[in-house]
Order: sequence, then C-alpha cells, then structure tokens
Amino acid sequence: MQEHGFSSGLKAGASIAIGYFPVALTFGLLAKTTGLSLIEATAMSIFVFAGAAQYISLSLITAGVLPVLIVVNTFIVNIRHFLMTAALNEKMEPDARWKKALYAFGITDETFTVLATQPGDKIRTSFAAGVIVISYGSWVVFTSLGHLIGASLPAFLQASMSIALYAMFVGLLVPSMKGNRKVVSLALIAALFNSMFYFTGWLSTGWAIMVSTLASAIVIEMISRKGVAA
Amino acid sequence: MGAWFWWMIFGMAVVTYIPRAIPLTFLEGRELPEAVQNVLRNIPYAVLGALIFPAVFFIQENVWFGVIGAVSAFAIAFAGANVILVVLGTIAILSVYGLWFG
Repeated sequence: MQEHGFSSGLKAGASIAIGYFPVALTFGLLAKTTGLSLIEATAMSIFVFAGAAQYISLSLITAGVLPVLIVVNTFIVNIRHFLMTAALNEKMEPDARWKKALYAFGITDETFTVLATQPGDKIRTSFAAGVIVISYGSWVVFTSLGHLIGASLPAFLQASMSIALYAMFVGLLVPSMKGNRKVVSLALIAALFNSMFYFTGWLSTGWAIMVSTLASAIVIEMISRKGVAA
Repeated sequence: MGAWFWWMIFGMAVVTYIPRAIPLTFLEGRELPEAVQNVLRNIPYAVLGALIFPAVFFIQENVWFGVIGAVSAFAIAFAGANVILVVLGTIAILSVYGLWFG
C-alpha cells in the first residue's frame, strides 16, 4: 500500500467524523420535528451534504418559505466553496477530470481545511477520498440515527461536543502558526474581518466567511510581497 | 412532505455541487497567474481564522463554553498534540466544566 493514500485519509478525516456526529444527530432530530420522514431527512444528507445549508433549510421549511427560495438560499450559503475548491485545486495532484468531479462532491468547510493544511506538496486523490468517505459516512449515518432515536445526546455531552469542529480547526491551524508570522496574520486578519461582519450584521455568514477570507489572503499577500511580514 | 420536497432536494444538491465542482474540474491542468496562486495558497489559513472566530464563542448560550473551549483547544494544540487529541481533549475539558458548572 502506498503512503498518504486512502487509509491515511480515513485517519486524517476521523476528527471530522467525530465533529459531525453531534451536528448530524441534531440535524436528524430537528428534521423529524420539522416533519421530514426518515427517508427524506437521510436523503437530504446523502444528496446535499452541506451542514449549514441543511440546517437553514429546515427553519425555512418551518417558516413556509417557497422551496425555490430555499434552493436559492442554499446556493448563496455555499458560494464560498468556489473559493475553497479553487484553492484546493492548487494542492491536489493532477488527475482525470471525472475523478475530480467525483470527489468535488465531498468538499465541505471541514474536508477542505483538513486537505488544504496537509503538509507536503501535493495531495493524492486516494487520500482525499479517504477523508471524504469517513466524513460523509458519519454525516449520513448519524443523520439517520438522530431521526430514528428522536433524541439528542445527554445535555452535557451535547454541549461539550459542540466544540469538536472548532477544536479541529484550531488543531489544524496551530502547527502552521508556529514560527510563521504570515499564517498567524492570515488567520488573525480574517478572524477580525469576519467578527466585524458578524457584529455589524453587514453580511450573512456564508458571504462573511468568503469576503473575510479573500480580503485577508489578498491584504497579507500584498504586505508580504513588500517584505514587511512573513 | 410532498413531491415539492424532492424537487427542492434536487435543486439544493445541484446548487451545492456547482461551487464545489467547477473550480476543481475547470482549473485542472491550467496554470494560474503567479499572483493568483499566491493568494490561493493563503486561503486555507485565512479560512480557518474566519471559521473559528467569532462562531466558536456562540456554540452554547453560555459564552464561557466557547471561551474555555477555544482557550483549551489552543493550549492543547500549542503543546504539540495532534488534531484528534486536540478535539478529544477539548471535549473532555468542556464535559467536566459542563457537569460541574453547567
């Protein structure tokens, strides 16, 4: 077996699977209370596989919003993935377009961050497949389970596990931050922009993350090219 | 839910897939300008900053959950633990906090 292939990907994606567990479980439960059947809730996780957009769709269904507007909203929430997959493309090994079209389905905020922060030059397609399979599996299985059980975790565990994905983001960021002022600045500036958008309410979450990220990436690049930072 | 629900899922699936697939397939084998490549290489670290803040503070109504969680995660990560240990360690700390003070 080659290194950094499918099974390494499964390992690297384990944190995502843990983080998706409470989120998917709660989604299944909320879907049930919204009136979705087990099949409908699971189908949404199988075909859409986008946490934030799925959650929002439930509240919009409850509010009686037109389905076509829910679709439009889903697109708006997910526009940020244009930026992420364009960035990811620089990191992935060249491969047949059909394979890339296939694993593109599995790119979420979480799988993107795990893939894009891997050390080394290029990521193999099989590694990406591993990260995606374990994440997607967790998302779909625990959506069903949440609907079936119709209850969430004990309150203290539900509360503590809600940190999981954020802890993962921190765990991915910190090793690159050490001794690298450019990485620290990139994360810090994006965090400040995003906080500004959040507290002023100027942009909704999906847009805010994309604009903050892009602004930080461009500003820091311009500064570091002048030899000030980095 | 009626038939509209399945049309809605179909629509959601399509509009979620498009932003994921177009860059990965369209940009395959194309060399972007150096300046664009440099900006794209910055994206992952900027995204992480934006994904963590400020959302981490609002994971529970009690803002201390997020504050303690964020501090713990950074502390464990700076100590050199790998990602999965950062995740499990932070969950453990918040579980203890939740059980005693929640």
